[in-house]
Amino acid sequence: MKEIFHLPAHKISKLLHKREISVEGLVKSVLERIEEKEKEIRAFITIEREKILEEARELDKRFSKREELPRWAGIPIAIKDNICTQGMLTTCGSKILSNFYPPYDATVIRKIKKEGLLIIGKTNMDEFAMGSSTENSYFGPTHNPWDLRRVPGGSSGGSAAAVISGETILSLGSDTGGSIRQPASFCGVVGLKPTYGSVSRYGLVAFASSLDQIGPITKDVLDAYFLFHIIKGRDSQDSTSLPQTSLEENLKGEVKGTKIGLPKEYFTPGVDKEVKRWVEESFKVFQTLGAELIEISLPHTEFAVAAYYIIAPSEASSNLARYDGVHYGYRTVSPREKGEENPVVEMYEKTRQEGFGEEVKRRIMLGTYALSAGYFEAYYLKAQKVRTLIKRDFEEAFQTCEVILTPVSPTPPFLIGEKIKDPLKMYLSDIFTIPVNLAGLPAVSIPCGFTEEGLPIGLQLIGRPLEEVKLLQVAFAFQEATDFHKRRPL
Amino acid sequence: MNLEPVIGLEVHVELATKTKMFCGCPTSFGASPNTQVCPVCLGMPGVLPVINKEAVKLAIKTALALNCKINLFTRFDRKNYYYPDLPKNYQISQQYLPLGVEGWLEISLKEGSKKVRIHNLHLEEDAGKNLHLEGTDYSLVDLNRAGIPLIEIVTYPDMRTLEEVEVFMNTLREILIYIGASDCRMEEGHLRFEANVSLRPKGSKTLGPKVEMKNLNSFKMVLNALKYEIERQSKVIQRGGKVVQETRLWDSERGISLPMRYKEEAQDYRYFPEPDLPPLDLPPEWIEEIRQELPELPQERRKRLKEKWGLTPQEADLLVGEKELGDFFDECIKIYPHPKSICSWLLGPVLRELRERKISLKESPLTPEYLVSISKMVEEEKITQTNAKFCLYEVFQTKKAPEKIIEEKGWIQVSDKGELEGIVDKVIEENPKPVEDYRRGKTQALGFLIGRVMRLTGGKANPKVVRELLQEKLK
Repeated sequence: MKEIFHLPAHKISKLLHKREISVEGLVKSVLERIEEKEKEIRAFITIEREKILEEARELDKRFSKREELPRWAGIPIAIKDNICTQGMLTTCGSKILSNFYPPYDATVIRKIKKEGLLIIGKTNMDEFAMGSSTENSYFGPTHNPWDLRRVPGGSSGGSAAAVISGETILSLGSDTGGSIRQPASFCGVVGLKPTYGSVSRYGLVAFASSLDQIGPITKDVLDAYFLFHIIKGRDSQDSTSLPQTSLEENLKGEVKGTKIGLPKEYFTPGVDKEVKRWVEESFKVFQTLGAELIEISLPHTEFAVAAYYIIAPSEASSNLARYDGVHYGYRTVSPREKGEENPVVEMYEKTRQEGFGEEVKRRIMLGTYALSAGYFEAYYLKAQKVRTLIKRDFEEAFQTCEVILTPVSPTPPFLIGEKIKDPLKMYLSDIFTIPVNLAGLPAVSIPCGFTEEGLPIGLQLIGRPLEEVKLLQVAFAFQEATDFHKRRPL
Repeated sequence: MNLEPVIGLEVHVELATKTKMFCGCPTSFGASPNTQVCPVCLGMPGVLPVINKEAVKLAIKTALALNCKINLFTRFDRKNYYYPDLPKNYQISQQYLPLGVEGWLEISLKEGSKKVRIHNLHLEEDAGKNLHLEGTDYSLVDLNRAGIPLIEIVTYPDMRTLEEVEVFMNTLREILIYIGASDCRMEEGHLRFEANVSLRPKGSKTLGPKVEMKNLNSFKMVLNALKYEIERQSKVIQRGGKVVQETRLWDSERGISLPMRYKEEAQDYRYFPEPDLPPLDLPPEWIEEIRQELPELPQERRKRLKEKWGLTPQEADLLVGEKELGDFFDECIKIYPHPKSICSWLLGPVLRELRERKISLKESPLTPEYLVSISKMVEEEKITQTNAKFCLYEVFQTKKAPEKIIEEKGWIQVSDKGELEGIVDKVIEENPKPVEDYRRGKTQALGFLIGRVMRLTGGKANPKVVRELLQEKLK
C-alpha cells in the first residue's frame, strides 16, 4: 500500500485489525517517510527508531495470536517534547533540559500506552512552549511542510508538521495561548484544545499552569475525536482536572439548526485578506448545511493579549524557577569568578543565563516584574479581573449561540525570521486564540482553505465548557462537506 | 529608663500525618537521605501537587483549639525564593487567605492568666535540608523532609516577659500533643520558632523597631536568643542609640545573634495564588465535625481533675502532663469512681513499672479494667496492699488478669476469725517472750506477732483481723 503514512488513524486501524497490513509495515512506512522528509522539516527532537520497531513486532505477534487488542493498538504517535515520557529524553526545546530523562510518565502517556499506541518520537517546539513559530527552539526551527521557507506555527510546530508530512499518524501538542490551534492552522491539520481540566496536566512541563492544556493534533476530525477520548478524564494527580463524562458516540456531522456565533471583534481590518475570504467561505458551507449564523459580540477581546502577557509570564516565572542546575538538567560549566561571594547564587545565575533562550528570559523577567511587591495589584490582579470579564463575554455569547466561529490566526504561515526580532508582532499572531485559554474553553482548528500560494488556512470553532463532542460534531460536518483535510504537501 | 520588651512568635509545627503535604511519600524521621522522595516532592518538571486532607484536618483542629476563626474559603499561594533545599524554588504556603485567623491562647501565669492573640494559622510544606560536610567544598541536599506538612502559627506581639514566652510555648506544645496535631519531638525538629522583639518605655503604647530572630529550634534557644537580644537592645537604647529594624540569626554555639546580610533579608517573595490547586471551599459541617472531635484541652482537664475529683495541683499536673495517663485515669474513673485511690496507683506503682520497663501505657498489658480490679480488691480487703503490688507486677510480667493471678497464687485474703484463730493461738504459744513484752505494755511487740501470723499464712491473712484477734487474746 502506497503512502499509508498519509492516512488517518481511524482508517489505518481497520487495516491493522483486518491484518491487511502489519504494525511493523506501518511503522517502517512512517520511519521511511521520516528518513525522506526529516532533513528538511526537522519536526523531531528525538526519534525512537529501534524502540518503536521492537514494539511493533511485539504487537504483530499478539495480533497473529488473535489477541483482543485496543482499537488503536499499533498506531504511531508523536509527542510534543514538553510531555514527560519515562526514560525518553524530554527537553522542552531547551538547553536547560537538554539532558533530562524523566523518571515517570505523564498521565496522557500512560493512557496512550494502555491503548497500545506507539511513541515514535518527541517533537520540536518553542522553548518551554513560548512562541508562535517553533523558532525559539534550542534545537533549531522546524520548517513548514507546505513551504520550507515558512514557519509551521508554534509552539507545537513539530507535532503539526510531523502529522501533515506523514512523519507520524497522530500527535499530541499543548496549548497555552494557541499553541495547538495556530500550528494546526499553519500546517493544514486538525488541532483540538480541550476545556481546561478535560485532560490531565500531570507530566506536562508547566508553562502557565492556569492556561496549559494537552490536546490532539491529527489529520482529520475523527482522529482528533478518538484521541481526545483516549486522553480525557479526571486524574487524581491533577487537582485542576475535571470529570469529562462525554461518551464516545458516532460523529454524525449534523448541524441543522445549530446556532453559530460570529464575534464582530474577530473580523477586523487587521485580518489578512485571504484568511478573511476563506473563513467567510465557511459561513456559506455552514449555511448550506442548515446552520444558523448570528453576529455576536465579545466586547473585551482587545484586552485579552495584554492580560495574557501578564498572567502567563507571571506563572511561568515561578514554574521555571526550578531549573537552577541543582537537581537535574543543565548546570553551568563556566569557571567560578573571583569576587563572587556566594557560589550557589553564581551557579544559579550562570546556569539560567546559559540554559534559557532569549524569549524565555524575556517572559521570566516580565512575570517576575508583574509579581513584584508594589506592582502585583496593578498588573497581576488587574489582569485577573480582565480574565473574568473575558470569561463573562463568552458566557453571555453562549446564551445565544452554541458554537463560535473565528479565524485561528490573522495571517497565513509567515516566513522564518519574519517576526522573530519583533516579539510584539509575534505575540499578536495569537490574538484570536488567547481569549479561549483565558476563558478555559474548548476550541478546534480545522483547515478551511488555501492561499493562492498554496498555504493552509484554518478556522476556529469555540465551544461551551466540556462540550467537546458538540464542538467536534460541528467541525465534522464542515469537514465532510469540504476536502481541505485531504490535501497533503509534496 | 524602664524598658519593656514586646515579643511575638512564629511557630512552625510539623504535623503528624503519615504522608507528605502534596504527595504520598512517608514522613517518618531518620531514613537515609533522599529515600522518601518521589517526582512530586523532588519538584520534577511536570508534576502537580495534591492536597493531603489529613493535614488540612489537623490544621483546622489546631486552629479551633487556638480559638481561631476558620476561613471557609481558603487557598494556597506560592512563596518564591531560591534555595537548594527547596526543589521547586517556591514553597506552597498560604498568604492571602490563611486557614485560621484571629485566635488566642490563654496562658496561666503566677499572677493570673493572660490571652496571647493569634494573628493567623496557615498550612505550608517544609523544605529539605542542606548538609555541609566539613572539609569539603560542596554541599549535599537531603529532600526527605521536603514537602512534609507544616503549620505556621503567628502570634501578635502580646508577650512581655521571658516567663510568658516560656509558658506560651509549653501551653502550645501541650495542646498540639493533646489534639494529635504533632508529636512535638524537638530533637526531630517538629517545633521551630522565629521570634520578634522590640523594646519600649514601660507604659508606652507605640512599638519600637523590631528585630526578627531566625533559626530557633528549641525552647532554650528561643529564651536564650530573646534574653540576649533584649539585653543588646536595651544597651543600645541606654547609650542613646537607635535599634535597627533587621533580621538576625541566632548562633547558639557562640551565644550571640548576628545580623543577616542585607541581600538575604530584602526578599520579595512575589506571592501569588497557586494555580495548580483550586481554592478550598470547606463545608461548615466538616468544621463542626472536627470541632466535635476535639478532645478536652489540657487546661480544662486540669481544672476538672482538681475541682471535680479533688486531686491536688501536683497530681493534676502529672496526669495532664502526660495525656495517656490522664486518659487512662478518666477510663478508670468511669467504671470505678475512686479518684484518690486510682491516682495514687497510677502515679506510684504504675509509673514505676512503666519506667523500669521503659514502655508507655499503650504498650503495657495494663488496662483500666485491670487497675480498677486491683484497686477495688484492696479497698474491699480481698487482698493485702503488698500482694496487690505483687499482683500489678505479675500483670506486667504475665499479661494475665489480676483475678486470675490472685487465684493462682492463692493471694485471697483470709479475714475469717475462725480460720485464723488456730494460727494465732500457735503463734502465742511459740513466742512467749514477745507475748510477755506486749502484756507489759510494749505495744511494738504486737507488730512482731502479726508478722509471724502473716508469714505462717503466706501473707494471705487480713492483718486487721489478725491484730484484733491478738488484741482480744492477749487482753
